[in-house]
Amino acid sequence: MSYNLKFRFAGSGGQGVILGTIILAEAALAEGYQVVQSQSYGPEARGGSCKAEIIVSSEEIVFPKIETADCLAALTQKALDQYIGSVAPDGIVIADSSLTIPESWHGRTEKIDVISTVYDVLKKPMTVNIVALGAINAILGVAGDKALEEAVLARVPKSTGELNMRALEEGRKLYKK
Amino acid sequence: MDPLVKKYFRQDMLPHIYCPGCGHGTLMKDLVKAVDNLGLEKDQVCVVSGIGCSSRSAGYMDFNTIHTTHGRAIAVATGIKLAKPELRVIVITGDGDATAIGGNHFIHAARRNIDMAVLVFNNNIYGMTGGQYSPTTPMGDFGTTAPYGSIDPSFDIPTLAKAAGATFVARGTVFHTAKTIRLMERAILHKGFSVIDCMSVCPTYYGRKNKKGDAADMIRWQRDHCVDSADAKLMSPDELEDKLIIGETFHRNRAEYTSDYQELIDRCKGGAQ
Amino acid sequence: MSGKRVLMQGNEACVEGALAAGMRFYAGYPITPSTEIAELSALRLPVLGGHFIQMEDEIGSMAAVIGASVAGTKAMTATSGPGFSLKQENIGYAAMAEVPCVIVNVQRVGPSTGMPTSTAQGDIMQCRWGTHGDHPVITIAPSSVSEVYTEIIRAFNLSEKYRVPVIFLMDETVGHMREGIEIPDPDSYQVIDRAMPDKKGDNWRPFAVDSEKDVPKLPPFGMGWRYHITGLTHDERGYPTSSPEKSAAFISRLMNKLALNRDDIISCDSYMLEDADIAVICIGSIGRSAKEAVNRARAKGIKAGVFRPVTVWPFPDKEVTELAKKVKRIVVAEQNCGQIVLEVERCVRGACPVTFKGKANGSMLMPDEILAAIEGGEN
Repeated sequence: MSYNLKFRFAGSGGQGVILGTIILAEAALAEGYQVVQSQSYGPEARGGSCKAEIIVSSEEIVFPKIETADCLAALTQKALDQYIGSVAPDGIVIADSSLTIPESWHGRTEKIDVISTVYDVLKKPMTVNIVALGAINAILGVAGDKALEEAVLARVPKSTGELNMRALEEGRKLYKK
Repeated sequence: MDPLVKKYFRQDMLPHIYCPGCGHGTLMKDLVKAVDNLGLEKDQVCVVSGIGCSSRSAGYMDFNTIHTTHGRAIAVATGIKLAKPELRVIVITGDGDATAIGGNHFIHAARRNIDMAVLVFNNNIYGMTGGQYSPTTPMGDFGTTAPYGSIDPSFDIPTLAKAAGATFVARGTVFHTAKTIRLMERAILHKGFSVIDCMSVCPTYYGRKNKKGDAADMIRWQRDHCVDSADAKLMSPDELEDKLIIGETFHRNRAEYTSDYQELIDRCKGGAQ
Repeated sequence: MSGKRVLMQGNEACVEGALAAGMRFYAGYPITPSTEIAELSALRLPVLGGHFIQMEDEIGSMAAVIGASVAGTKAMTATSGPGFSLKQENIGYAAMAEVPCVIVNVQRVGPSTGMPTSTAQGDIMQCRWGTHGDHPVITIAPSSVSEVYTEIIRAFNLSEKYRVPVIFLMDETVGHMREGIEIPDPDSYQVIDRAMPDKKGDNWRPFAVDSEKDVPKLPPFGMGWRYHITGLTHDERGYPTSSPEKSAAFISRLMNKLALNRDDIISCDSYMLEDADIAVICIGSIGRSAKEAVNRARAKGIKAGVFRPVTVWPFPDKEVTELAKKVKRIVVAEQNCGQIVLEVERCVRGACPVTFKGKANGSMLMPDEILAAIEGGEN
């Protein structure tokens, strides 16, 4: 069966959304899919808005950028407001629970407690992208748990492996709730 | 024919383009004499030059020679030396080539202390283009672009080289050939970035514009106004007022760039990656 | 690594492909969006016994690359618009002195500082005419990460074979995107090294060739052939000359070195052109937009196809002239205000209408924008 996902991940610089999409792309690649990952940069390394995206497909990917996203995951209000207009009507919006969904959006919405999990449960702000990734993959089913875990471990510093595995698990649980 | 000319110069490239009385011919001869004294294999000598009167000299000598772009000799030499550290790299450049258009490469190569001997054929003027003032034209002197006398302060090349990190710094002249040859030998042997400010004479442009007399007068001036660095230490500022300090002015040893790079390679190959 | 599929960034593939081609020297200066090329070269080269040096400026980087190549090492530098402008004099020197080297330009929006992190294709003409004077140059523009890998190998091969600077013209889109690619097996491609001269005789003339199709066999410095290299117009011995006769022979040989070998150098990608009424001509990442636009046009029953020069310079002039006789209209789609279109119009010579679709605001030229040009003849 043919599979095609256009996923956009947006937040502020420093939250690791680019790395998040790289990890998801590598997990999807390990599952045998074709993948393209790209991002748009602001000049600032921290604090500016940041958008990254991946296309996962069972077929050759001709055009590497997303025109209409199947899914947007947003970690900040600014990012949500900026990119929600380019989500397909039958697509999914994943947003942190603290964010307000614009009235213009009538499609499927998944609110997840990423930010509070990061601060209250894990107490490690740096894990925000991995927690989100756990939840995103639970919702979208891009890759199996094992492929995603391996992709995370391959991209994070060795000393943080255990922490990031916990972050991934906490993220997964957020959707099960 | 002088055996040195026969041994080290490309006969079919001569005669050279230098004007009668130009000091550059003497400096070229000093260089081949230094190479000869050191007994270096011609195949292992690489002469890199930039653009200007000085830089034409590379082509006359029977070594591995490359006449590059204006100001870039030291940067090209950096690539050659890194890629083939076993070559003896000698840069021939001019005052404008080295300290104006190529000033950035000059100071950064000095900072790295990469092993090469930089011979600045310093004639205080842009000769090839017809006598414009250069960074070493003394304040008040004339050039075609300084018709009222230059108001630009000038560089002292040895001071500049030392400040940037060169580890062997000296000055020679066209008059003091024996001393200049010895300095060139030491610059070539020194493991690091060596600079010799080779004071040339340009009777055609600098001399004429500034009423310095003919070539003999200009070389006589060098004879009468140069003080060896060892003697200068014993002289008062007043005594040194109109003097030019020659000889070795700075020398110390510190880590050399290509050796350090080889250590880095060894470290990386040893499994650091 | 070969055989395995890996997620790789375009800029990373540029380094990995260059290393596979034998690159062992890199000199550069930090500039967005090419910096990853310098960073990865700094990481990988010493491990392979090669050298990376961060030079004091863009000009020095180009000069050091020339020096390393003259000493016999395959050398590369990478930059973007502002740095590419600064390198031009020495690129001309490499063309003049026949020094093999590869210059990567990851294009961003210009002019001047422009938009450093945004995509553009505004340097196409600068690749051809950026340095002064008539000179030979090769430019290759990849459109995917896997093509970056294979084409940078070809860039080095052509540079070594023809002793010319080869400009590897990427754009921010290709440089920064990541794709899953299969690292080609080393047996699947050829690596060409510059030819060495035969034994040195008494009358060895470094720049002498039998025919203008041939390339001088210049040995690296330090191997026993002592000769002179200069940026001045020179004779077969490498000595400066101002003779009109020798100068004419020199420039004729220099230009014909590529002109007479153009079939070996030119490479183009064709997509659905067999029955096409409309051909979209584009280069680099816009090849991706154009293919998607053509797919959408075909879905609407419009017979469109894509012609993409992978070798941009020398321009595939004969191929475009032939194409213009077969199609009813040509659409030139570029991430700039109109550069390749000038070459296309020159080659089409009025044989069919040419529509230009350009965009130079930093956002990628999208499939629907090209589709509109295919459908409407928008000008």
